Amino acid sequence: MQGIDIIATVFMAGGAFFMITGAAGLLRFPDFYTRLHATGKCDTLGEVLIIVGCMIYQGWSFITIKLIFLMLFIFIANPVGTHAIMKAAYVSGLKPWKKGEARR
Amino acid sequence: MIETFLAIGLIIVFTILLSLYRLVLGPGIFNQIAASNVIGTKVIVLLVVIGYIFERPMFIDISLLYAALNFIATLLMARYLERGELCKA
Amino acid sequence: MVFKSKGEKAFSMIVTFCAMFLFWVLLSAWIVYIPQHYDLIEISKGIICALIVTLISHELLVSSRGEKVLLKTLRMIPYLFWELWQIVLATFDVAYRVIHPKMPIDPRIIEFETTLRSDFALTTLANSITLTPGTITILVKPETGKFWVHALAEKPADALLVDKTMQRKVAHVYMEE
Repeated sequence: MQGIDIIATVFMAGGAFFMITGAAGLLRFPDFYTRLHATGKCDTLGEVLIIVGCMIYQGWSFITIKLIFLMLFIFIANPVGTHAIMKAAYVSGLKPWKKGEARR
Repeated sequence: MIETFLAIGLIIVFTILLSLYRLVLGPGIFNQIAASNVIGTKVIVLLVVIGYIFERPMFIDISLLYAALNFIATLLMARYLERGELCKA
Repeated sequence: MVFKSKGEKAFSMIVTFCAMFLFWVLLSAWIVYIPQHYDLIEISKGIICALIVTLISHELLVSSRGEKVLLKTLRMIPYLFWELWQIVLATFDVAYRVIHPKMPIDPRIIEFETTLRSDFALTTLANSITLTPGTITILVKPETGKFWVHALAEKPADALLVDKTMQRKVAHVYMEE
C-alpha cells in the first residue's frame, strides 16, 4: 500500500467506527428522541468520512466532483430529515423520556 | 486496496442489519420511520463502496439519485404523519 | 416570492440556467473523456433538460435580490470551518455517551428566542443546532424567532441558553444583531 491508500483507509475506518456507534445508539438509547441524537450526528459524520476516504483514494477527477456533491447533499439533507421526523413526533404528541423512567 | 473496500462494505451491511431491528420491532411508527431514514442514508454510502469494489463509477450516479429519493421519501412520511394528509385541499 | 420587475426575472432565469447547465456538464463528464461522443445532439439534450428545469423552478434558486451577498458569503467561510470542528466534537460527545456503560444522559426540552428573522438565517441556525453537541431543533416559529430544542444533557443546553455563542455567530454572519 502507498501513502495515499493508508490515509484513505484511516478515514474510512473512522467513518466505519462512527457508523457502528450510531447503530449501537439506535439500539441502546431509551426513547425515540434520544435515538435520533445518535443517528443524526454519528451517521452524518461517519458517511462523510467514508466519502472523504473514497475521494482521497480517487485523486482529482470528475468522479471527485460527484462525490463532493454527494457529501454536500448529505450534510444538508441529513439534519433536515432528522428535524422533520422529530417535528412530526412532537406535534403529534409523543412525550419525551425523562431521567428515571422505564425504557420505551 | 480492494480488501479495505470489502471490509468497509461488510461493516456497513452489519450496521444496516442492526438498524433492521428497529425497523421491524421498534415500538411505534416513528421509530420505524427513523430506522428507515437511517438505512436509506447508509445505503447511499454502500452504493459508493460497491462502485469501488466492482470498479464501475456509474454507481455514484445511482447513489446521487438514491440520496434525493430517500430525502424526499423521509420528508413526505414525516409530513403525512404530522398533518394526516399530503397536500392541503 | 414576488418579482418586482422583468429585469429581476430575466436575471434569475439566466443564473438558474447557467447553474443547471454547469451541473449537467459535471454530472455527464464522460462526454469530455470520450471525444467521439462529443457532438451537438448530446449537448442539445443537456440544454433542453436545463431549459425545462429553469422554466419550472427559476423562482426557487434566486428568490429575490439580496443585500450585501458578497460580504455575507465571505463571513460564512470561517463560520463553516468552526461548524465542521463543532460537528467532530458533537460526534465524539454522542459516541462517548453511547459507549459509556451507564449512559450519562438527562434529556430535556428548552425554549429560547433569537433576533433572527430571515429564512436563510433561521435555516442555518436550525441545521447548526442539529449538528452540534447534544441538541436537535424540534420547532421553529419564524415570526418571533423562537426555537424549541431537545437537549441530551444539561451541559449542551446551557451552551445554548447561557453562552449563546452560536446565536451570536449566526447573527454576525447574516448581520441581524
